[in-house]
Amino acid sequence: MCNLVPIALTVGANRIVPTISIPYPLGDPDTPPEEQWKLRYHRVGVALDALATDISEQTVFRVKV
Amino acid sequence: MKKGIHYVNQFFGQIGGEESADFEPDIREGLVGPATALNETLADVTITHTIICGDNYMGSNTEEALKRISDFLRDKDFDIFFAGPAFRAGRYGIACGNVCQMVQEQFNVPVVTSMNDENPGVEMFRQKMYILKGGKSAADMRKDIKAMAQLGQKLAKGEPIGSAQDEGYFGRGERHQTLLDPPIPAADRVVDMLLKKLNNQPFQTELPIPEADRVPIAPAVKDLSKATIAFVTSGGIVPADNPDRIQSASATKWGRYNISQYKDRLPAGEYKTIHAGYDPAAANEDPNRIFPLDALRAYEREGKFGKLHEYYYATVGTGTTQGEAARMGREISEYLHEANVDAVILVST
Repeated sequence: MCNLVPIALTVGANRIVPTISIPYPLGDPDTPPEEQWKLRYHRVGVALDALATDISEQTVFRVKV
Repeated sequence: MKKGIHYVNQFFGQIGGEESADFEPDIREGLVGPATALNETLADVTITHTIICGDNYMGSNTEEALKRISDFLRDKDFDIFFAGPAFRAGRYGIACGNVCQMVQEQFNVPVVTSMNDENPGVEMFRQKMYILKGGKSAADMRKDIKAMAQLGQKLAKGEPIGSAQDEGYFGRGERHQTLLDPPIPAADRVVDMLLKKLNNQPFQTELPIPEADRVPIAPAVKDLSKATIAFVTSGGIVPADNPDRIQSASATKWGRYNISQYKDRLPAGEYKTIHAGYDPAAANEDPNRIFPLDALRAYEREGKFGKLHEYYYATVGTGTTQGEAARMGREISEYLHEANVDAVILVST
């Protein structure tokens, strides 16, 4: 899970889930706590699903929140 | 006299350190920071402007930042574009690469930048532009600026550029014809090399094959509901007294910390980030922004996965060499194997 997806691709990460920033990957402090929770819950869920997904090449998984 | 423009980040642009990393693109007439030394070293090129942008702004808003810089340049007259040197600063190196690529494509002006071989920007951009082999840190500024000036001057004047080895840039994977002095035919050269190889003597290949360091793709976890998941981060979240004394930059150490007592977050104040490469305020206020323990516990309760491994693992990923990172990764994975961890979520900052 990372913000700088191009770096993750360059260094060879295989399952990549985007986060929202460098200092706060999983919760923007300028948003309400509920919104941060929703984002975190969604993206961690995507990451867990990614671990259970067979892939044949480096894959950036889509996030909706 | 030819004209040049120089790109630097918020630190070298004298705006500020990590707290200013969101600084939005700006153009200044004249010389700021390393542009002064570069301008002094260049005999036939004058640096007319310095462009400054925060590394985080560029990393998180790349398209917008490049568009604004492109707008700055639209009415400028310049023959050469410089960026950096970026040393081992990963975000800065990638910013230099992105800006240089945009300038080459949109303005058809030659570009020069400089990075250390451990900078991830090298692998991303070396085939697209001249990246000089730079030093590890700003202590090498003078040397790196001199090299940038030498190559930049040639490019600005349209002079021929020598091989990667002769000029000191990272090979771009391009081959050019060249006349050898003395003119030894290829058949003789290859037999000379073969003889050296057979005699275990060192020889220099004429066709270096770049080494690709790819990690094979791990198979999918078959049954997530029975899987043990571990959390690992390069975001530097550690107990507040940093018991393992992990370095805040260029880390060579990592730590493992028991989290079995924590239900939904590491308590702020008792845990903090020691990472010197980003503003720690958000992470220290709520460590969940880096280590999403609340979400992991929720999925654990729901039964989406079996259980969260009782330790998490942390190091600092700024200035950390790929070599050290790989070693720490191997060491951490020994513990993970021993604990029968099935899969890992890594969060990087």
